[in-house]
Amino acid sequence: MSDHITEIVVFSVLFLLVSGMGFVAARWRAPQDMAHLDEWGLGGRSFGGWITWFLIGGDLYTAYTFVAVPALIFGAGAAGFFAVPYTVIIYPMFFLILIRLWSVSHRHGFVTPADFVRTRFGSPTLALLVAITGIVATMPYIALQLVGIESVLKTMGVTGDSAIARHLPIIIAFAILAAYTYQSGLRAPALIAFVKDTLIYIVIIVAVLYLPYKLGGWGSIFDAADKKFQASAAPGDGIILNANNQVQYITLALGSALALFLYPHSITGVLASKNRNVIKRNMSALPAYSLLLGLIALLGYMAISAGVKPLPGSKAGSLDSNTVVPLLFDQQFPSWFAGIAFAAIGIGALVPAAIMSIAAANLFTRNIYKEYIKPDATHAQEASVSKVASLVVKLGAVAFIVFLDPQFSIDLQLIGGVVILQTAPAVALGLYTRWMHRGALIAGWAAGMALALWMLWDIPNAVTKRAHFGGSAFPLKDFGFDTPKTIYVGFVAVAVNVLVAVIVTFILRATKTPDGVDGTRPDDYFADEGDPRLEKSRVTPDAVASST
Amino acid sequence: MAEPVSSPPPAARTDRSPWNWLLVVPIVVPLLVPLYNHDSPRLGGFPTFYWLQLAFILIGVITTSVVYRMTRRPGPAAKPTEAAPAAGDSDE
Repeated sequence: MSDHITEIVVFSVLFLLVSGMGFVAARWRAPQDMAHLDEWGLGGRSFGGWITWFLIGGDLYTAYTFVAVPALIFGAGAAGFFAVPYTVIIYPMFFLILIRLWSVSHRHGFVTPADFVRTRFGSPTLALLVAITGIVATMPYIALQLVGIESVLKTMGVTGDSAIARHLPIIIAFAILAAYTYQSGLRAPALIAFVKDTLIYIVIIVAVLYLPYKLGGWGSIFDAADKKFQASAAPGDGIILNANNQVQYITLALGSALALFLYPHSITGVLASKNRNVIKRNMSALPAYSLLLGLIALLGYMAISAGVKPLPGSKAGSLDSNTVVPLLFDQQFPSWFAGIAFAAIGIGALVPAAIMSIAAANLFTRNIYKEYIKPDATHAQEASVSKVASLVVKLGAVAFIVFLDPQFSIDLQLIGGVVILQTAPAVALGLYTRWMHRGALIAGWAAGMALALWMLWDIPNAVTKRAHFGGSAFPLKDFGFDTPKTIYVGFVAVAVNVLVAVIVTFILRATKTPDGVDGTRPDDYFADEGDPRLEKSRVTPDAVASST
Repeated sequence: MAEPVSSPPPAARTDRSPWNWLLVVPIVVPLLVPLYNHDSPRLGGFPTFYWLQLAFILIGVITTSVVYRMTRRPGPAAKPTEAAPAAGDSDE
């Protein structure tokens, strides 16, 4: 541990600094009354362009992304670069689709996507399914942020023999995070995001200028990677795609983009902005993070070129490829700068973890607690239930990491991306059309979910020698096609989901099964800040919530 | 997009615009693998696969900026004059 003392000091100082900021955030842009879910859970729905940029950027590009994407590139090459097309196509989608969710949520005071589904389709059951799907998908995602922090701690040599000793730093870090999220709500990650992203941008800009210079230029970095993949026996790797993983590449990019904007935490970030223009302008500014991510991804090749050897994993004989980026910084930079890089990753885990826990807590409060347990809950009660729920969610995430193999969280997150996609027909298509029957959407969800879980179960992993849940690339030959090509599971499952929803809608319409009442009007989807009808609904929000 | 509505919408407010079609470009182009799945020509040492996909980020920025500017409604800070001529191009 002594070799890393400078890194540990720099890391700790920066970490404590932002923790202090997290507590101060409660007073930042302070509301008159924090005891309201709009304040605690959505930062007062008041964030302007800059805050939104840092908040959504810090939200979508998580510490795990920064560690796992280069690790994927390090291991598999071009296939890992899907993160770039994925984060290009997401913004036009946000621009066209999520903007409508913002408007209708602003008009009706929705806090979660399930709130919208409930009012749109008049179905608390469908809303419950959307809420549970959201919570289930988010929990392992929070746990993965801990995997991000752990990769850094491991590189700094902060490890112990027993499970508790090894995880103590993470438990402390998450306890601090839980405390200031409890107190400050969404304002905490919004304020911390400024520091986190500034650090990340500085670190990455320095790295992509200095490392190629040190490693003999970009050309030789790519050549070194090419040589490694030529020599390896694995069939799917290489610095460009091969004939068999191209379909997987584009369906994964498209499916991940769809999944990302259905994740409760992205929606929380969007709903916290103050008007439509803030969101639309941000869709031109947020791609700066995509460029950053593209460059971070290439750190994986730099690690190959620099001869980085990943640290051992939790099981004997396995390698923890998530340590390649921390190791690269540890080996190539002076220790004080490596310390800053590690702090950037560590703090980078806190921002999304906070937003995700808030988003999951809001789902629980609005769509389970208020719907089924205490329908007459006041705004103050909603806010306090959400605060407690956010603690429970984080406790759950820590338990995942401490008591289970981290690989389990990675598998669950993979499943999470696929299952959250199954809410697309209700949430995303629902923003455009009320044509589908509420019963049909439930049927589609069930079909998509069942198919997705079967497909994921069916996928083996040759590298880790596991028979099931080995990845998201489904071999088309298992459907009976005579081809070695693979496809992204979520994409197939959501297509089936939509198909079932359409067919069942025809059946339910033909049998004249009663459908729910649509509580929204076409005009609601274009509402903006200062909407004249908004003031009325804000005076009696309970009337709006119970009117359906 | 025919929505079954019981009462006619109160105001002809919409975000439909022909400019929105421009946003199909940054959604579709990054998915056209044959376009960029090559090593050469290299640019500054980057194989085509990498520099071209990074360049697509720029397409995303340009198209969303253009669509934002062309479909912008008078901001909420300005007086909500729905009948102003500036609002004309967003209502088609």
